[in-house]
Amino acid sequence: MRKTLSIALVALMALSLFAGGSSESKGTEIYFLNFKPEIAEVYEKEVKPAFESENPGYTLKVVTAASNQYQSTLRSELAKSAPPVIFQVNGPVGVQENIDNVAPMQDTSFYGLLADKSMAITLDGNVVAVPYAVEGFGIIYNDAIMRAYCALPDKAVDIASAEEITSFETLKAVVEDMTAHKEELGIQGVFASTSFAPGSEWRWTTHLVNPVLQAEYGDRAATFAAKEFGFEYNENFKALFDLYLDNSVTAKGLVASRADADSMAEFALGQCAMVQNGNWAAAQILGQAGVKVAEDDIKFLPLYMGLDGEESKGLNIGTENYLAINKNASAEAQKGADVFLTWLYSSETGKKLVSEKLMFITPFSSFSADEVPDDPLARQVNIWMNKDGITSVDWVFQGIPSEQWKADFAQAMLEYINGNQGWDNVVATAQQAWAREAEIAGR
Amino acid sequence: MEKTLRKYFPLFALPALICFTISFLIPMVWGAVLSFCEFSTITNASFVGFENYIKAFTIDNYFTSAFWFTLAFAVVTVITINVFAFALALLLTKGIPGTNIFRTIFFMPNLIGGIVLGWIWQMILNGFLAYYEKTLLSDASYGFWGLVILMNWQNVGYMMVIYIAAIQNIPSDMLEAASIDGADGRTTLFRIVIPAVMPSITICLFLTTTNGFKLYDQNLALTNGAPNHGTEMLALNIFNTFYSRVGFEGVGQAKAVIFTILVAAIALAQLYITRRKEVES
Repeated sequence: MRKTLSIALVALMALSLFAGGSSESKGTEIYFLNFKPEIAEVYEKEVKPAFESENPGYTLKVVTAASNQYQSTLRSELAKSAPPVIFQVNGPVGVQENIDNVAPMQDTSFYGLLADKSMAITLDGNVVAVPYAVEGFGIIYNDAIMRAYCALPDKAVDIASAEEITSFETLKAVVEDMTAHKEELGIQGVFASTSFAPGSEWRWTTHLVNPVLQAEYGDRAATFAAKEFGFEYNENFKALFDLYLDNSVTAKGLVASRADADSMAEFALGQCAMVQNGNWAAAQILGQAGVKVAEDDIKFLPLYMGLDGEESKGLNIGTENYLAINKNASAEAQKGADVFLTWLYSSETGKKLVSEKLMFITPFSSFSADEVPDDPLARQVNIWMNKDGITSVDWVFQGIPSEQWKADFAQAMLEYINGNQGWDNVVATAQQAWAREAEIAGR
Repeated sequence: MEKTLRKYFPLFALPALICFTISFLIPMVWGAVLSFCEFSTITNASFVGFENYIKAFTIDNYFTSAFWFTLAFAVVTVITINVFAFALALLLTKGIPGTNIFRTIFFMPNLIGGIVLGWIWQMILNGFLAYYEKTLLSDASYGFWGLVILMNWQNVGYMMVIYIAAIQNIPSDMLEAASIDGADGRTTLFRIVIPAVMPSITICLFLTTTNGFKLYDQNLALTNGAPNHGTEMLALNIFNTFYSRVGFEGVGQAKAVIFTILVAAIALAQLYITRRKEVES
């Protein structure tokens, strides 16, 4: 008796080991691997039910990768027997990384929605990735503090509002004068911390270097093809970078202990007047506990660093958010992916979700000008995009040959900040690492 | 009894064997195979021979510098952890009041995970260094000693428990005989206590050596290899290699294979040497 019982128990245990995987499904499953953790809940709780009720033949499965873990999550998910059918790539380098998975998309109705077809990424004559959200970055400033500065009786620079700052010269003069008056302005520094904690260097290695790359190469395609990086405009980069460091809330020696979230908190709490970041940071600023900056006071300035003709340049506007379809998924799932994406970006319900809940500024012709997200920075991006005589700077930094280049560049900057090495080492590292990484990438 | 054991052995060993095969043996063999392949997911591998192994050393010198850093770290932590742990064990077997409370307190850091410890110590050390307007990343040596402190704090308690158990197991007649023969504290320690706890020293040296070499979480959380790869250890370098470039998964895999062989060789050599010093009590 005891023997049979124990055998039965062992058998039960063994069974339970193998029984885990199966799940019931109705209709075709569309598996979307989401890149943005901050809106994971919107996909789960609002997009999924809305889509499934309007498209009964399909079920939507949204999985979100943890912050900074997208590529590793994607790789393990793609190896599974039920792989994601919609996934994100961050540009041409991302397409290279997933070259065995990207399906041609030129015949999808989702691609048909794209207003400017040149924004999509092509590979061997096929469209393989379509952007879904346009973002902009620059220097975010707190207009209340700027107004307080402009009202100072003994200010050294003659400006009436922050909007009169249209060149690096003016910016530098204003920032340095603000530092001199920081007690009267009630701030600890003009700029938020130049965050260099591990993992928080991206605002400098991608965004700040973008205008420099654009000035050197001109466009995305040229950057992506570049075998060498002269870092011709390194003095301009250094000028703005030094301005950040010397007029900051945080002393130079301490920046390696500050994360980007710390910088955004400093801005939200009114401890500083400016911070370099993009429109995605609006939620982060307004969601900060004890936020002091008013919604209407959050505004953008372009990244002025003394490059030629920068008075007529605007924010850095572009995208790193492209969607691709997995060609190794089943044919029904691939078709379902098109149905879902077309629904999300063109149906009334879908569009409402996109502009109000997901808060994307989209590049699709199905959206009218007033269907933009209602957050202060998105509105600012829209204003800058449509300013007369201003052209936006494209996101050419997608052409950076590898993550390793960004890491090496960041470390060289940190050594410069710490005073262990000079600026020429930053320039040399940027050049050498680019040449090495471009060669490895097969340029 | 023997017969019953033999009869039921497969039945009881089977679940464990299946788990071991699925989660350890197969991945390990597969991993070794993949180190000779170029791949992005484990299903699309194509054979490239020794190319990955060559790339591991030729593209940049971070792997070799990570090796020297890891070696230095392992040597320093093996010595410091075992010396502190043994000293504490001696102290806490003397019958001082409150011994049990102290044992518990010293053991407790071991219950906290590596990542959490890394963050906590990052805050403490950065808070301390802030006084001098510096951070852990200001210089690679800060990161090194930060890691040593962290590792000691985490592991001393655990090794201490092993040593305490061993010291308590030393037969009291041996110690008594020694004191009757007129041995002083120093002689007793080096001639009686240490030889008698040699098996525990073997274990503790083995644990601290392998812990030192395969350290990852603490390294990731405390410095993430910065500044300029100056505090990057082998395991972190392998992970970074895997994800830093397109098509470098195989190179990371090759480094992992080298790493496994290296750590196994060092640990086995160390085990062999200390085993010879063990005495029969």
